[in-house]
Amino acid sequence: MGIYGVYIVSKSGGLIFNYDYTVPKIETEQTFSYPLDLKLSCENNRLLVSFGQRDNIKVGHVLLAINGVPVSGRKLEDGKDAIEMLDDVTNYPLNLKFGRPKMTINEKIFLASMFYPLFAIASQLSPEPRSSGIETLEADTFKLQCFQTLTGVKFMVIADPTHVGLEQLLKKIYEIYADFALKNPFYSLEMPIRCELFDTNLQALLEQADKNGINSI
Amino acid sequence: MTIYNIYIFDRMGTILYQTNWNRLKQSGMSSEEEAKLMYGMLFSIKSFVSKISPLDPKRGFLCYKTSKYALHYYESLTGVKFILNTDITIKNVRDLLHQLYKEIYVEYVVKNTECEMGQPIESELFKLKLDQFIKQHMKSLQ
Repeated sequence: MGIYGVYIVSKSGGLIFNYDYTVPKIETEQTFSYPLDLKLSCENNRLLVSFGQRDNIKVGHVLLAINGVPVSGRKLEDGKDAIEMLDDVTNYPLNLKFGRPKMTINEKIFLASMFYPLFAIASQLSPEPRSSGIETLEADTFKLQCFQTLTGVKFMVIADPTHVGLEQLLKKIYEIYADFALKNPFYSLEMPIRCELFDTNLQALLEQADKNGINSI
Repeated sequence: MTIYNIYIFDRMGTILYQTNWNRLKQSGMSSEEEAKLMYGMLFSIKSFVSKISPLDPKRGFLCYKTSKYALHYYESLTGVKFILNTDITIKNVRDLLHQLYKEIYVEYVVKNTECEMGQPIESELFKLKLDQFIKQHMKSLQ
């Protein structure tokens, strides 16, 4: 069991709300000797593993720290250049920490708007007439449940693949949205939801659903 | 339980084979166009899944369901992609697709010297066996 996060997409396809409930940390710290048996490349101002896998370090993971000093962008926090440090034989053995990169808010907006066409094409390619768009999407590591309201707002929750009763949870989130976002006079439609009451109620709902199962709400 | 249609793509995205069984609605475009749209959607879903996944994915995307049908996806290690559209009640389609790959695709396409890699499958034997395989499973699962 476990809920990872909630996304709300407006009827025009933009992300209007996102909440990360649990973000699993995937980090590996190891001591390396020269030469480094992983190939790193710089992408989006982050140092990514582009080739080579060992233990739990996979392609796509980012370099988080060198000898315990956090890396931001290409530079260490103390101002040294990370690549220069990795190329210098005299620095070894080095203790490097790698991890799965966290999604930035830009990536979330990008992914949420990407779901919109997928939803539409799934309905167009249907072999049966009058099919809806994607309701459940399953992968080996997570399950995405989507609920589209009559007004076109999409609620999505990402949870563990074994989690059941996500539909009821989404209906409850819709109720909270109607009560605390739509009835808020300062909230305008299609705009990002910034309502304190909505946040606290959603958080309480997710905690309850995660702890006591979906039937308790 | 119903199986509607199947698509087989190679690793470059060329459509190798597609056929319908109990399909009730056509997508309103030529089958070639439809295959392109399907591959494009799957390509996007795969990239979407690998990015939004909270953990490191191994096999990635498995299936999606709408109110009327379910799409199941199976990719072999060589990148051949099998897409099977079924109704939403059916379970264990992954095993079925693996079996289809092992018993039909490998036996009648890979081992057939007449079938060229990356070209649409023309073999009548393959078409016959695939049809038998699906019909037999539709019956046994009813």
